Amino acid sequence: MAQSAQLNASILKKVAMALSGIFLITFLALHVTLNFISVISENVFNEVSHFMGYNPLIQYVMQPVLAFGVILHFVMGFVLTAQNSAARPISYARYNGAANASWSSRNMIISGLVILAFLGLHFYDFWFPELSYKYVAGEAPNATRYYEDLVHKFESPVRTGLYCISFILLGFHLWHGFASSLQSMGMHNKYSRFLSKVGYGFAVVVPAAFVIIALFHHFNN
Amino acid sequence: MKLTLKIWRQKNAQDKGGIVEYPIDGIEPDMSFLEMLDVLNEQLINKGEEPVAFDHDCREGICGMCSLFINGEAHGPDRGVTTCQLHMRMFKDGDTIFIEPFRAKAFPVIKDLVVDRSSFDRIQHAGGFISVNTSGNTIDANTIPVNKDDADKSFDAAACIGCGACVATCKNSSAMLFVSAKVSQYALLPQGKVEATDRVLNMVHQMDLEGFGNCTNTGACEVECPKGISLENIARMNREYLAASLKG
Repeated sequence: MAQSAQLNASILKKVAMALSGIFLITFLALHVTLNFISVISENVFNEVSHFMGYNPLIQYVMQPVLAFGVILHFVMGFVLTAQNSAARPISYARYNGAANASWSSRNMIISGLVILAFLGLHFYDFWFPELSYKYVAGEAPNATRYYEDLVHKFESPVRTGLYCISFILLGFHLWHGFASSLQSMGMHNKYSRFLSKVGYGFAVVVPAAFVIIALFHHFNN
Repeated sequence: MKLTLKIWRQKNAQDKGGIVEYPIDGIEPDMSFLEMLDVLNEQLINKGEEPVAFDHDCREGICGMCSLFINGEAHGPDRGVTTCQLHMRMFKDGDTIFIEPFRAKAFPVIKDLVVDRSSFDRIQHAGGFISVNTSGNTIDANTIPVNKDDADKSFDAAACIGCGACVATCKNSSAMLFVSAKVSQYALLPQGKVEATDRVLNMVHQMDLEGFGNCTNTGACEVECPKGISLENIARMNREYLAASLKG
């Protein structure tokens, strides 16, 4: 007799991880593009940020979807890690993981935890003040405040350093995560090699762009 | 060659076990790893000590019976070989060699280096077969046209000997490479398509019940597999499972 598909089946958990990962990769591409505008034009950055901050579709539809994607990705990551640890109750005395797998693929939980800690700092720096400005203080919309806020945040060398370290770990996470998400979705064909290379490129270019933005504002102001 | 062996000794499944050190001398580089253990056991027996228990059968890389986690790698440092095909020339004179059983909750230790891999048998029983009417009206398989590429991929998947190196080497103790090879060898052939939905659902369900970990696509299993089973099979099983989930 056939088993019916279980929602908690290992493969479906991996698919949930992959889908949320692909969604977050898309979000990162958008985020880095918008942030890079701050390097090019203060006025355009202010305009774009104001649009993102007050557009109802983004604020009330996309933002909750994003929050769901982030929470799902982290929760599934912790669940899978706990199950994987339980699957080997006694560790090897000697385990040469580097002999057959990359550092990034073996340490997704470490890079993921760094990204989670970074998100806490990032929310403290930008999201919580934004919520406070709009919903607690009830301040009137001001389309010229975003660039100054951004520049002010990157005055601190410690904060800039923490951001850069987090972006580097994000790169390691993406290095494995991009291709891994496609494999989890069942993709393994003539395009896979090309898409893996696209993933490696994404894992270098996007975090590097974030680092450049942080360093630009730190040294430029 | 003169070596220091650090071997996991465990009297039975209930015993806590631990690493015991054995110095050994006079090992020839052309000996197989199992022959080296035979020499050690002969010495232990002559001294009146309990020999080291380890799995082996065909000793020519076919049966999948020999296991062993050697210096941190399943089947040792060589590639595309089982432990019986591993030769001592892969080591240097004076080396210290760690020898441990395959570690996984689903592969409990029976004694010393011998583990119970019957979880693989139960996964096979859950769906690793095709149902054939053997009343005398069976159609000869050779009369059914099969695409050459599919036949080759199916044969490659069927090369899996179920040794468990994929589980042993995976940092998550995942059995996805083994299960996907068994799912793929049938999914690619016309005879296997009839029961494809039930097969993948049942085998994955049994795999999860046995307590194996989740695949995180590190690719370590593919590197350590003595038969070169490809990660392509895992992607295929993921597709099969998703399609079966939508149907069932």
